[in-house]
Amino acid sequence: MIKVQQQDFDQAHEYQTLLNNTDADGAIVTFVGKVRNHNLGQNVKGLHLEHYPEMTQKALMDIVQQAKTRWNLGNVTVIHRIGDLLIGEQIVFIGVTSAHRKNAFEACEFIIDYLKVSAPFWKKELTDNGEKWLEARKSDEQQVTKW
Amino acid sequence: MSNEINVKFFAALRETLNCDGLSIPHNESITTIADVKQVLIANKPDWQAPLASNSLLMAVNHEMVQSDHLVKAGDEVAFFPPVTGG
Repeated sequence: MIKVQQQDFDQAHEYQTLLNNTDADGAIVTFVGKVRNHNLGQNVKGLHLEHYPEMTQKALMDIVQQAKTRWNLGNVTVIHRIGDLLIGEQIVFIGVTSAHRKNAFEACEFIIDYLKVSAPFWKKELTDNGEKWLEARKSDEQQVTKW
Repeated sequence: MSNEINVKFFAALRETLNCDGLSIPHNESITTIADVKQVLIANKPDWQAPLASNSLLMAVNHEMVQSDHLVKAGDEVAFFPPVTGG
């Protein structure tokens, strides 16, 4: 299940949804990304998240599809929020179920790693010195080379 | 079918160009996404520098592509900075 939405998500609810029809799965791995109060030495007050509406769903679906080709997975949920987010707010949820933990851990990491370099989202930081578009990190690009 | 190419810009690039999108008429001289860029720059010379950035990403019909990707009438072409979601 893939969702791109402004409103917050409830991890407990998403966990229950992931459990559906997974009697054969012994592992659930979830990841949540949230807004932190600092970046590169600067105070951050919040974020604005822009996306490319017509492309986002497809880009996320492609990543999930790749993960399902590589690992034997049960359910996969990806939720990404857009709009204005304050410190501490949740940004992204990835949940993966699989028969064994290794596949679930790896697939979850694969999905967030690829999301960071290929899904059309952009963050604008609100700092004490005004607004600033975040620049992509080389480390994120390097991270996907491991897959 | 439309004989135009729909162009979209996002995030920092959209703000730099002060434009979120436009349509350009498709003609025989436009075969790749690089040609689309040339037409945009010919119309607005100010756009040369922002559109020449090596890090710029491109998508045709919602799929990321390289600048030699072929385009045809009716396509949606998007230019944007490296993505920073997650």
